[in-house]
Amino acid sequence: MRSKSAPWVLMAPFLLLFLFTMVLPIIIAIVQSFLTVQRTGLVGEDGAVSRFAGLENYLAALTNQNFTDSILRMLAFGVVQVTVMIVASTILALLLESASARWPGLFRAAYFLPYGIPGVIATILWSFLYVPGLSPIVDALGWVGIDVDFLGPNMVLWSIANIVTWTYTGYNMLIIIAQLKAIPGDIYEAAKIDGAGPLRVVTSIQLPLIRPALMLTIIFSIIGTLQLFAEPQVLSSMSSGINSEYTPNLSAYAYAFQYNDLGMASAEAVIIALAAFILSAAALGISNRLGRKS
Amino acid sequence: MSTSTQTQGSSAHSTGGAGTPGATSKRTKPGKAARESRTAGTKPTTTIIVTAILVIVALYFLVPVYWVIVNATKSTEDLFGTNGFWLGNSFQLFSNLGDVLTANGGAFPRWALNSLLYSGVGAVFACYFAVAAGYALAKFEFPGRNAIFAFVLGGVLVPGTATALPLFLVFSKIGLTNTYWSVLIPSLLSPFGLFLARIYASAAIPDEVLEAARMDGASEMRIFHTIVLRQLVPAIVTILLFQFVAIWNNYFLPLVMLADEKLYPITLGLNNWRAQTDRLPEFYQLTVGGALLSVIPLAILIIVLQRFWRGGLTEGSVKG
Repeated sequence: MRSKSAPWVLMAPFLLLFLFTMVLPIIIAIVQSFLTVQRTGLVGEDGAVSRFAGLENYLAALTNQNFTDSILRMLAFGVVQVTVMIVASTILALLLESASARWPGLFRAAYFLPYGIPGVIATILWSFLYVPGLSPIVDALGWVGIDVDFLGPNMVLWSIANIVTWTYTGYNMLIIIAQLKAIPGDIYEAAKIDGAGPLRVVTSIQLPLIRPALMLTIIFSIIGTLQLFAEPQVLSSMSSGINSEYTPNLSAYAYAFQYNDLGMASAEAVIIALAAFILSAAALGISNRLGRKS
Repeated sequence: MSTSTQTQGSSAHSTGGAGTPGATSKRTKPGKAARESRTAGTKPTTTIIVTAILVIVALYFLVPVYWVIVNATKSTEDLFGTNGFWLGNSFQLFSNLGDVLTANGGAFPRWALNSLLYSGVGAVFACYFAVAAGYALAKFEFPGRNAIFAFVLGGVLVPGTATALPLFLVFSKIGLTNTYWSVLIPSLLSPFGLFLARIYASAAIPDEVLEAARMDGASEMRIFHTIVLRQLVPAIVTILLFQFVAIWNNYFLPLVMLADEKLYPITLGLNNWRAQTDRLPEFYQLTVGGALLSVIPLAILIIVLQRFWRGGLTEGSVKG
């Protein structure tokens, strides 16, 4: 086989799956978002007709207070949660890769462990630590006079943020560690010969060289934030603060499967995807600009 | 990124670290020796402070797991009546776990096997496809290379949940919803794996090695299956692990696709049990026991796979 066809043969299975499970659904979502379904008969028993609706669904979604609230809620959530998580992941990665850390393998495993616990099960676990009567944490805080309602309408967003941070900090840390390990040892040797201290090594060698990994983790975290679904969905039965349109994704799910409005659900899905796209592109752009300055 | 890579120049590779203090371990791997040569000269107080921080952080990550282990041993009354951080009055771990395994006619073992099927099969094939494509993008010059990468990158940025709804429509058209395939097929795609494979392939596979193999008359497929896959083992383990866990953790896709409880993965099944705790308190203990059982296999997997995280990803190849 000549090299000309080789890359295409290697890429074929991936690209076919990509087209079928990614591109095709996106096209369908976009088409669907411009359609509206009209049912005939009293309960729609005479069948349904799709008609072109233009931007109706988008206008309806963007003027829906619940949906815009859910987007703003995720923005507030993302700014706080992603920042805290990425800073924590970076510090933990640098500490574990530093010369001063004892038993790095053990700690790495402990921090990464939550990533192996599905979001749903993590939420169930943490919910046991949130529910008054069951939670030893609520009990302990009560003894020292602090009354917290982790599932109250104002607190629950940050209780979710805690679950997400708990689940993904170790995962992001591992991506950063992988890139730290890829830094050739001779660079450290050279820095040592030049008399660079540990802090100098962090700021001049490690942080610049792990920038690609940091961008990767930030972008995936932003996308993850916009996709938030399992945690609030599971907690919604325990918290009065979570309605069926608490996050953009919960809203799209509710429109698709509870309200049977596929046009609206698709429009919301497209808006979520576009938002993820724009935010990630912005993150990449900022990173590139910073990269050129340094 | 290029600024500091230039400094490596032509250093004599003495990473064996024979004379470095602290290199007392039997087999000094290059990565380990490099880190231990850096260990020399750090103050003990720094070590104590750093380790203390690491321990405190570890407690945070382990608290929910500890809670579930302790409380899986309790009766339902003790679950609510005794301190959640310590054992209750009765120790009935094994009868609790027995209940988990036999409740609903053995639903839990079935969900576990389903999860294993989705994750195992999905991860192996997704990894193979992603590594092949990532290697092709990293190591071949062909028209459209950058366009394809940009396209796939665009795909990575699209939330999985945004595609799950329309995918449900596609699958329902061809009658695939509520089957194993409806969860398995989307799990075979790992754009993230392609991403990692491309990064590592461009760093870890020297063009000289590929050229030499081509000179020897090896076919491209043979080169991929023998030389490339072996060089990429660290990346492959990473992709396998991540994809396995990603499928294992997936909730939205099976929730959308599956109606039949028999096809549920653990995530959906366990949440089903939890949802019943409102009416039937005995489901609390089933949920706690089920959570424990579903945490254990992945905990073991992660600890066992720890050793694969050791060593640099570019180890053992020509640096460049």
